[in-house]
Amino acid sequence: MSAHDHDHDHHGHDHHDSGHAPSTLKGYATGFILSVILTAIPFWLVMGKAFNNSSTTALVILGFAAVQIVVHMVYFLHMNARSEGGWTMLALIFTLVLVVITLSGSLWVMFHMNNNMMPTMHDMRVRP
Amino acid sequence: MSELTLNPTAGADAPRYYLRDEHHPENGTLLGFWLYLMSDCLVFACLFAVYGVLGRSYAAGPSGADLFDLPLVAVNTSLLLLSSITYGFAVLEMQRKHLRATLVWLGVTGLFGLGFLSLELYEFAHLIHEGAGPQRSAFLSSFFTLVGTHGLHVTFGIVWLVTLMFQLGKHGLTEANRRRVMCLSMFWHFLDVVWIGVFTFVYLMGVLP
Repeated sequence: MSAHDHDHDHHGHDHHDSGHAPSTLKGYATGFILSVILTAIPFWLVMGKAFNNSSTTALVILGFAAVQIVVHMVYFLHMNARSEGGWTMLALIFTLVLVVITLSGSLWVMFHMNNNMMPTMHDMRVRP
Repeated sequence: MSELTLNPTAGADAPRYYLRDEHHPENGTLLGFWLYLMSDCLVFACLFAVYGVLGRSYAAGPSGADLFDLPLVAVNTSLLLLSSITYGFAVLEMQRKHLRATLVWLGVTGLFGLGFLSLELYEFAHLIHEGAGPQRSAFLSSFFTLVGTHGLHVTFGIVWLVTLMFQLGKHGLTEANRRRVMCLSMFWHFLDVVWIGVFTFVYLMGVLP
């Protein structure tokens, strides 16, 4: 009986059992419009050759991608510090740490390997 | 499935406890599914790292600037973004308990997903036909692995979507089905997040001189 009461009470204010806030049309629409803008600008920057310098373009579009990922996380995946008692956020932060270590570590180590160990870059006389 | 994961912690009166817990807001399924997505995120991080390391090793073959067709990628990106918003509409209709509208939006999402997949397969077939298959260079191997893994995820997402539509048609918007819709929602939006990384890091940065 008490289980039933609890169940009923719960459904009064929340329509799915996720512990997330219920989704709203406003949230999805905001996320979609922001995503369209944040997608269109990088494509335009690259296809329209807005910057002469490649590394400037790369940094700017990576910035747009980072912002768009946050937009998706907030508006589509409904990430916030409260859902599931903060455990989703904690898992996300832990994953991001690992992702950053994986990406930056791989690029850094392999870049130095390429610089120092490629036979073509090496002085051939020291090779037997 | 959640039955099995909950039983060890529930003790002797597990079935009764489980029944009470079924409708509890802190049902572990969505958190567990989120953890799965995070581990999937690590898989993609590794593939991105591989592409980052090998992405400029052309082996005297074609480079990204020679191969990538940005208008096609833009169409692909918009298809995936549209499928994200239509999935959002499906979730909204599910919250309003409109079964038919939920199914319609899920169907539209599936069609956008199929459109994305067909364009990607067309692109792959085109590349392989041009002699730029995965065996051509390290760049192309890592490209096909990364983009192909994403495409494989989308394929399984569509399989899941169709299965879920049959389940919804048969059993209606039950508690379990609503949970499944929310899990697939996370999966689908997560794939869109990964695609942001793909089109930025692989395609847009790949054509930069």
